Amino acid sequence: MTIRPPLGRIAAPVTLRPHLPSSGLVTPSAPFRREGPAKLTGTALYTDDLVFPGAWYGQTIRSTEARARLLGVELDPGFDWTRVVVVTAADIPGANIVNSIQDDQPILAVDEIRHHAEPVALVAAPDRALLREAVAHVALRTSPLQPVFDPLASSQVFAHYDIQTGDVEAALAGAALVVEGEYRVGHQEQLYIENNAMIAVPRDDGGVAVHGSLQCPYYVHKALRRSLLLSDAQAQVIQAETGGGFGGKEEYPSILALHAALLARACARPVRMIYDRHEDIAATTKRHPAIVTYRSGVSADGRLVAQEIEIVMDAGAYCTLSPVVLSRGTLHAGGPYACPNVRIRSRAVATNTPPNGAFRGFGAPQTEFAAEMQVNRIAEALAVSPLELRRRWLYRPGDTTPTGQVLRESVAAEEALERAAEASEFERVRARTAAARTSRVSRGDAADGHLAHGIGLALAWHGAGFTGSGEVHLESVASVELTGDGRIVILVGSTEMGQGTKTIFPQLVAEALGVPMDDVEFAPQDTSIVPDSGPTVASRTAMVVGGLVIGACRRLRAVVEERSGAPFADSYRADAQAHGPTRIDEHFEPYPGVDFDDTTYRGDAYPAFGWASAIAEVDVDLDTGEVAVRSVVAADDVGRVIHPVLAEGQVEGGTLQAVGYATIEEIKLRDGRYLNDRLATYLIPTALDAPRIETILVEAPFSGAPHGAKGIGELPMDVGAPAVVAAIHDATGVWIHDLPASPERILAAMASRDAESQG
Amino acid sequence: MSVQFTVNEEPVELDVPGIRRLLDVLREDLGLTGTKEGCGEGECGACTVLLDGAVVDSCLVPIAQVDGHAVRTVEGLAPRRPDARNPATPDNLNLLQRAFLETGGAQCGICTPGMLMAGEAFLASGQAPTDPAIREAIAGNLCRCTGYTKIIEAIALAAARREAPG
Repeated sequence: MTIRPPLGRIAAPVTLRPHLPSSGLVTPSAPFRREGPAKLTGTALYTDDLVFPGAWYGQTIRSTEARARLLGVELDPGFDWTRVVVVTAADIPGANIVNSIQDDQPILAVDEIRHHAEPVALVAAPDRALLREAVAHVALRTSPLQPVFDPLASSQVFAHYDIQTGDVEAALAGAALVVEGEYRVGHQEQLYIENNAMIAVPRDDGGVAVHGSLQCPYYVHKALRRSLLLSDAQAQVIQAETGGGFGGKEEYPSILALHAALLARACARPVRMIYDRHEDIAATTKRHPAIVTYRSGVSADGRLVAQEIEIVMDAGAYCTLSPVVLSRGTLHAGGPYACPNVRIRSRAVATNTPPNGAFRGFGAPQTEFAAEMQVNRIAEALAVSPLELRRRWLYRPGDTTPTGQVLRESVAAEEALERAAEASEFERVRARTAAARTSRVSRGDAADGHLAHGIGLALAWHGAGFTGSGEVHLESVASVELTGDGRIVILVGSTEMGQGTKTIFPQLVAEALGVPMDDVEFAPQDTSIVPDSGPTVASRTAMVVGGLVIGACRRLRAVVEERSGAPFADSYRADAQAHGPTRIDEHFEPYPGVDFDDTTYRGDAYPAFGWASAIAEVDVDLDTGEVAVRSVVAADDVGRVIHPVLAEGQVEGGTLQAVGYATIEEIKLRDGRYLNDRLATYLIPTALDAPRIETILVEAPFSGAPHGAKGIGELPMDVGAPAVVAAIHDATGVWIHDLPASPERILAAMASRDAESQG
Repeated sequence: MSVQFTVNEEPVELDVPGIRRLLDVLREDLGLTGTKEGCGEGECGACTVLLDGAVVDSCLVPIAQVDGHAVRTVEGLAPRRPDARNPATPDNLNLLQRAFLETGGAQCGICTPGMLMAGEAFLASGQAPTDPAIREAIAGNLCRCTGYTKIIEAIALAAARREAPG
């Protein structure tokens, strides 16, 4: 047996950037993360760190079948049930529905079980040992029903879209080159390091306060009001410090809060429901698996003339947010390329698997993977550089999208592409890998140490904010208050989950009011204190809510300066003393000139788009199929950079999640159950797997936002996977159509290529 | 069983089942909730603490094994331990914490306490702060937010400042 050196790294020192001198403390170029010191000293309080004396522990009784008739919840008569509480659907005072887009998902199953790990009953006990004992004495009586696992065989459609422009059939018929492909991507787990967690505390007014790890306090608030029949004030939702979300704490916390609240109501005590990792992976939402079939037509003179795309997303057993995930996936499926003839048909269907939901990118990573695979494969077919082909096809200002949206401004596809290409020396590296490939072929595969190097490119767009008229329907409100004692307080429902809301909002306010940032407070995300500024999702917080906050500041400043006749910074404390508190509520107004028709799917699908390019370099072990992603250069257009360190952090983190999606992250299912529902078996990249990531922040401001900012969080998620797969192709010569590009898939593709070339 | 050990140099004496996890003793018996639980099976490293200076996953350590030993947690890093009256500030951080703050090494913060302890062990080892050495040192600590870039940078920065105190 020969021992090969591992896919090693060069023992280079870490290069410290100029703003971080190696001695002495520095005045930072951007403010420190506001809650940073608390997080760094272990004093930041996450849900499981909160202490409520006398709290009980709650647990969910879940189905162990994918589909069954539920005949009964049986409590062992030999167990003393007076020591614990048990809740079933019959104990829900209001609607047994988890409030979302459709009213199809029960809080606790009745009659029919539709997926493995579906909640059926709840138990709470004063201590964990008794809870375990009680849970062991609950049994579900069921009779099996025939499940559906194959989305292509599912007849239940949650949502479907059909976007058409031009005449695709005619354009494909007249095309000089037609490239077809089918691409399959699987589930991906958000894998925030803090599991879902919620504590419900009964309130004196008969309501309930929930403290939890969550992205959207007002989603939870609405769900509690509806199913527990509570008033606005009786339902109180308080965000604890949140250890990552990535979409995984967008809609799921609603059901968990309902469970905890029902138990708290039953035992009249605080109830803690802190998932362990196994339950969190087994039961909570994942990125939707998708099957995308694609036909692209290219004219004799090399123009992209047709795209015919069909998308099937597997929603799982309940609708959750699938219609909007599918909508975003559909609207982005063409990629950032002008094409006169496009037809995109899509559907999200039900299967008897746990419901899928929001995850960074929200449908776009699935379809843009397919779009980029097509462009890279066409470049190969035309023997054109993938960089050069994109230069010809990418969106420029004035181009029209398949929904008829004219891209009037803030179009930075070209700049993102060129800057990534330049920083990575794309063409130079590509020439070198091509030469290495040629010499490998001429000398035989084994000759150069088994490792093949490759470079790959991808480009993407990502609509900032809610799709279509979503922002109009949200009616978001953000407030800024000058309190009677002269403090400046930001009141928003937008949450901090690591991305930096608590830092950038005080920055924006300080700038708008002309005061030091330390004088600006950020009110806690508690529905009894802050207004509904919409969910913290869809890369909308900096752009949409940030814009509202600035609007509120401008009005506040005008009011105070009008009264005082002096600059705000010099007069606001005296103004507060003289006039008492002044609070400005800023309501969302539609962006001028942005119009979308939800019924025809024509018009401006998004107020603005962000643009991203990623260039990945990989080493592939030709004997084992093992991939090491060495580096990624990521150029992302965010409109305006508010805080460079936080912005880079978003790009770096999103890039690594995309690298994981491309290479190792995969859920395996058997009979509708996730097999690898532990962290020992669902793998995410470690520091040893992570590439060196170089971030380039591009700024093409959006005029509709007062500060010009667009979104950032989701952009890097769209480009990483197709760039890595293109790099694997550059190294090996084979295309991997399904994610993840695992060693097994790479070896199989190389074997089938070799068999073909010999046959 | 009765166990005696130190946490952040303060003596502790407890009567607890010997099989009780060090993680639960820290969080629930001693109220030191800075140490986090991410998976409970030694995969994520969120519960990393130092046991006689060595990196351990406190979810895998029964308290019986801690008897007579020294535990160090994130609460022991800052020069003055912050509490409700003295909240954490940028000026009351140790070298590594400060480097994390400057580079942006903490985002959601849930992996941060464990990451800091792994980083402290690396700094104490005296190894050269090369990129692969730092990656190796934190390979048992998962982070989903940062892509590790700024964490590696923070540890390298702290190492450089230790060499050249200014």
